Amino acid sequence: MQAVIDYISSNLFEGVAIILFGIGFTTLFLHPNLIKKIMGLNIMDSSVYLFLAAKGFVFGRKAPIVTDGVAEMESYINPIPTGLVLTGIVVSVSVTAVMLALTIRLYWRYHTLEMDEIMQIIRKEGK
Amino acid sequence: MDLCTNFPMFSIILCLMCGVVCSVLKKNMARYVTYGLLTVLVVLSAAVLGYTVSIDGSFIYQMGHFGAPFGNELRAGVLEGVFTVFFSVIMYLSVIAGEKHIYEDVEESKINLYYTLICLMMSSLLALTYTNDVFTAYVFVEINTITAAGLVAVMGNGRAYFSSAKYMIMSLLGSGLLLIGITLLYDVTGHLLLSNIKYAVVTSTIKEYAEPFTIIIALITIGLSIKSALFPFHSWLPDAHTASTISSSAILSSLVLKAYIVLLIKIYYRAIGWETVLETGVNDIVFVFGIMAMIFGSVFAIAQKDVKRMTAYSSVAQIGYIFMGIGIGNAAGVVAAVFHIFAHGATKSMIFTSLGGIKEVSRHSTKLDAIKGAGYRNKVASVAFAVGAFSMVGIPFFPGFVSKINFADAAIDAGGPKMIVILVALAVSTVLNCIYFFRALICLYTPVSDPGGRLTEEVDNTKPTAKYIGAMAFFIVANLFLGTFSDMIIKLITRGLSMFS
Repeated sequence: MQAVIDYISSNLFEGVAIILFGIGFTTLFLHPNLIKKIMGLNIMDSSVYLFLAAKGFVFGRKAPIVTDGVAEMESYINPIPTGLVLTGIVVSVSVTAVMLALTIRLYWRYHTLEMDEIMQIIRKEGK
Repeated sequence: MDLCTNFPMFSIILCLMCGVVCSVLKKNMARYVTYGLLTVLVVLSAAVLGYTVSIDGSFIYQMGHFGAPFGNELRAGVLEGVFTVFFSVIMYLSVIAGEKHIYEDVEESKINLYYTLICLMMSSLLALTYTNDVFTAYVFVEINTITAAGLVAVMGNGRAYFSSAKYMIMSLLGSGLLLIGITLLYDVTGHLLLSNIKYAVVTSTIKEYAEPFTIIIALITIGLSIKSALFPFHSWLPDAHTASTISSSAILSSLVLKAYIVLLIKIYYRAIGWETVLETGVNDIVFVFGIMAMIFGSVFAIAQKDVKRMTAYSSVAQIGYIFMGIGIGNAAGVVAAVFHIFAHGATKSMIFTSLGGIKEVSRHSTKLDAIKGAGYRNKVASVAFAVGAFSMVGIPFFPGFVSKINFADAAIDAGGPKMIVILVALAVSTVLNCIYFFRALICLYTPVSDPGGRLTEEVDNTKPTAKYIGAMAFFIVANLFLGTFSDMIIKLITRGLSMFS
């Protein structure tokens, strides 16, 4: 029992990130509502950033910003994952913006946000 | 000729700048800028190809001159050179051939934005081919997704927005899987540059991290195959191709889907290592899905009444060929798959743009009934369609034939049960291709009689523009070139792949 608790507590962030990834992925894939899909997308992306940030962080160390002389290497964390998270956030903001723009256009045209209802309307119009 | 080593970076930056400039220009100016850009890109890519062939090796461009483990790099070898030349030429021809339709289909005030999308799309294609860094690759994959969704939505009607949203959702699922795959890869190896990842994999980590590696390879493979519409994930493709203007369909089918496969092959060869991929057995799964795509894509295509939609389903089948080639698991299979990227790219863009010409003489429809007799109304487009159909079916002297021969060769090399499965699937798929392409071709050349008993000349008797005829002629020549001088191309591909590892 103690071993299980140790295992979970030492991988807490990663475990949470993977669960969140699953929630986001499923929502984006299966939920018919476009706004909920976009939420799912954001949860999915954020979970990856949590994963990256957790991997790049070590308790008791600080960011490698040198103000009063360089300390030994062990007192700093790796800054690259943080940089990747920032880049990733920019990317996910842009795709979210594009998705929201498409959602607005679809709502103006069909007056609904459900993908399956829109599909039915398109099928009816096609005939 | 050391100047050539700057060309990869220069061409990517040029594309991005032209994209920005086009967004504020008038429509005709934007068009000239785009054509100028594409001409420059063809020249620059050809120079890179020539340089890499002459030094018989690859070169690395360090951004900001930071050394290997820290900086960001571009890398160009023979294969990258061939890919970029191919991408720029096909993009050029598709845009020129569909120019009239772009002006008709896109809202007047937004035509310049279409050219912006073309420039940005080109930048992402080049960056995906040249980059040596997995995270840069991820960023440009997303740029590619956004621009491709824009190209689908340009028609501005509800159907186009719906298809675009559907495409976007499927594509984002793929990006999510790719991103977590890349994240895990970084965590296990500690590097982002492909060559450093390879070094870390080769020296130590693979033995102790066998399970994470299987998961990483599976995630990256599934992510990229969703984005390039491998069989079970293909549902977005036919809608996206049917709803957009003719140039967009050609670009989506010939370039966008292919860029992800190029990236996948790069990650397999240059980051993870082909032997490691084979050890995990992920290629067998890819193989199974590829075979299923070959058969089911063609079966779905037979069920379609609309030729454009039929061609879109045919793309699903052809993507299946490429993944099947990767899945065989020997070097010859990958060479055949890469050759099929060129063969299918050149042929499918020609078929889509020829459908543009057929559409305008057939009451703006590509339904099988509507296109009856179009072969007599728009001769150039119909000849191009016929050449495309011959190539896809696999008639000698056309590129489709060469890739089928190569796939069969690779299968015989591999031996065992895979050989039998591939040969049977190739035969079945060829017959199915015949059924739907020749049905469309027969429709095209069926004379339609009006009550007076002679051929109708009355239906939208529009003449194709000189640019359209030129582009189609160039397409046909390019296809015949790929089909007849395939030995040279295959030699280049083999040389390029050997530089990868």
